[in-house]
Amino acid sequence: MMDTSNLPTTPPEDRLPDQAAPITVVGPIAWLRTNLFSSIGNTLLTILAALLLIWIIPPFINWAFLHATWSFPQVTDSSHRFGRKDCAPDGACWIFIRARIGQFMFGFYPMDERWRPVLAFILTFGAIAGMMVDRFPFKRANAIFLFAILPFLAFWLLFGGLGLEIVPTRMWGGFMLTLVIAAVGIVLALPLGILLALGRRSDLPVVHLVSVVIIEFVRGVPLITVLFMANVMLPLFLPPGMTIDPLLRILVGFTVFTSAYLAEVVRGGLQAIGRGQYEGAASLGLGYWSMMRLIVLPQALRVSIPAIVNTINGSFMDTTLVAVVGLYDFLNIVRTGSRDSNWIGTDIEGFVFCAAVYWVICYGMSRYSVHLEHKLDTGHKKH
Amino acid sequence: MSATAMTNQTDQDQAPEVMISLSDVNKWYGQFHVLKNINLSVHKGERIVVCGPSGSGKSTMIRCMNRLEEHQRGKIVVDGIELTRDLKKIEQVRREVGMVFQHFNLFPHLTVLENLTLAPIWVRKMPKKKAEETAMHYLERVRIPEQANKFPGQLSGGQQQRVAIARSLCMNPKVMLFDEPTSALDPEMIKEVLDVMIELARSGMTMLCVTHEMGFARTVANRVIFMDRGEIIEQNEPEEFFKNPKSERTRLFLSQILH
Repeated sequence: MMDTSNLPTTPPEDRLPDQAAPITVVGPIAWLRTNLFSSIGNTLLTILAALLLIWIIPPFINWAFLHATWSFPQVTDSSHRFGRKDCAPDGACWIFIRARIGQFMFGFYPMDERWRPVLAFILTFGAIAGMMVDRFPFKRANAIFLFAILPFLAFWLLFGGLGLEIVPTRMWGGFMLTLVIAAVGIVLALPLGILLALGRRSDLPVVHLVSVVIIEFVRGVPLITVLFMANVMLPLFLPPGMTIDPLLRILVGFTVFTSAYLAEVVRGGLQAIGRGQYEGAASLGLGYWSMMRLIVLPQALRVSIPAIVNTINGSFMDTTLVAVVGLYDFLNIVRTGSRDSNWIGTDIEGFVFCAAVYWVICYGMSRYSVHLEHKLDTGHKKH
Repeated sequence: MSATAMTNQTDQDQAPEVMISLSDVNKWYGQFHVLKNINLSVHKGERIVVCGPSGSGKSTMIRCMNRLEEHQRGKIVVDGIELTRDLKKIEQVRREVGMVFQHFNLFPHLTVLENLTLAPIWVRKMPKKKAEETAMHYLERVRIPEQANKFPGQLSGGQQQRVAIARSLCMNPKVMLFDEPTSALDPEMIKEVLDVMIELARSGMTMLCVTHEMGFARTVANRVIFMDRGEIIEQNEPEEFFKNPKSERTRLFLSQILH
C-alpha cells in the first residue's frame, strides 16, 4: 500500500477562493431553464400554456373584477327593485349576491330567527376548531360537548320547540341546509362505515353477508336513486298516518350512501395492516374490540386519511343532488335566484360564487388532512 | 450451573406440573397435513428448543398453543384450560402465554412505553401508574430503559425484539413462546437478544423456543425437539441430542446446520 502521509497539500495562501455560481446554474434564470425550457418539447408546452393563460385570465379578471358592479346604485324611487339592469352589462353583477345573500345562506328561514342557525354554526365551528387546534386545552370536555351535547343543542336551535318558534325543515335552505346535510351525513357515516367494513371482514357468516349486501347494493345505485328511494320508501315502513320529515328521509339516504363508500375505504386501510399486528395484539390477550380500537383502526384510519378525505370531499359536493328531490341546498337556491325575473342573466355570477365557496371549504379540508397526516406520521418514518 | 443440573434439582422437589400438553394433535392446511399426531408435554420451568428444517411444522405447532392457529384434531391443554372454539378460554390462555415473533410485531403508532403498558391496562385492568412501573422494570431487565419514549421505528432490530420480549413479560405470563426470535436480526444483534433470553431462562421461566441458534440450546435448554414434515422425530437433552442423534433425518439436519 502506498504511503499517503507525505503527499503534497496545497498551502492556505494558494487555495482558490470561493466563486459565485454562474447564473445558468442557480437563481431565477436557472430555474426557468430546468423547469420550463429544459427541452424542445417542454419549451413548446411552456409557450402553449402561457398562451392559454393569456387567453383566459385577462378577460376573466376584466369580467370578475375590473368591470364588475360591487355596489348598489343610489335610488330615490322607493319601489325600485334591484336587478341585473342595475349592473354594468360587460362585467359581473355582484350585487346579485349581495342582494340575496340572506336567502343563499339561510334559505327560507324566517329573518328574525336567523340568529339561531348563526349561533348553531358558531358553536359547531368553535367545538370542531377546539378539537382540531392542538394548543387548545380541555380536549375531553370539548369532545363530550361536540358529540353528546351539541347535536341536541344544534337541533333545538335550528328546529325550535321548548320556547323557540318552530321552523319546519321545508323552510331550511341554502348554505345552512348544505352544512346540515353534509355535517350530519358525514359524521354519522364514518362510524357506520367502519362498522360495515369490520362486518365485511368478519368470520361470522350472517354479519359478513349483511355487510356485503348493504355495501354492494348501496354502492351499485346512483345517489339520486338512493335519495328518491329514501324519499318514497321510508314512509311506507311506517304505520299509516305517521310521516317522516322529508329532510330526515334525505339524511338517512345520504348517510347510508356515504357510509357504504367509506366502508370500502376503511376496508382498504384494514387490509393494509399486516397480519402481524393482529397477531401481536391477540397474543397479548386483547379481545376483538380492544384490538380494533387500540391497534388496528388507529393504524388503518391513519393510512386511509387521503382516501377518507377524498370521499368526504366528494360527499360534500354530492349534497347538491338533494335538489333533485326538491330540497333547496346552496347551489339550488343560488340557481333559483338567477331565475327571478329581475335577475335573469346572473347565472354565471351564481356559479362562480358557489364554486368559490365550495372550493374554499374543500381546500380547507385538504390542508387540514395534510396537517393531520404529518402530525400522525410518528411510527412509520425514522426521525 | 448446567441446564441438566437445573432440571435434576426440579425433579428432586416433586414432579413439576404440566403447563402445556398436546395429545394426538393434527392439523391440515387444506389437503396438506402439516402436523401429524403430535404428542408433547411441557413441564413448568422447562426450557425446550424446537428445531428442524423449514416447513416441518415447528412454528405451526407453537402457534397452536396460543390458538393463533387452529388444530383440527387432538387436544391441547394450556395451564389447565383446553383450547377449543370458546373465545373466553382462548383469551384466558393468551393472558398466561406470552409470544415473541420473528418480525417483532410491535405497534408502530405507540411509544415503547405505551406498547408495554397497553395490555396490562386494557386486559389485566391495571392502573396506569402501576403498569408504567412494571413496564420500566422490564425495560431495565432487557437493558433499554432509556428508549421508553421512542417509537419502535426509531430502534434497531435487536432493541425492537428486546422491547417485544419485555412487552410479553409485562403480562406476567406463565409460559413464553418464541417463534424464531433472532431469524430476522443482523448477526451483531443476535447476541443481545439471546442474552436476554438466557437470563429469562435462568430466572425459571417456562420457555418454548423455535430457533436455529444451537448455541442457545446448548446453554439453557433442558430438552431439544427435532421436527420434520409435521412429526416429532426425536427429543433429548441437548448434550445427548447433539452427540448421539438417533434418527437419520436428525443426523442429516445437524450436519447441515452445525458446520
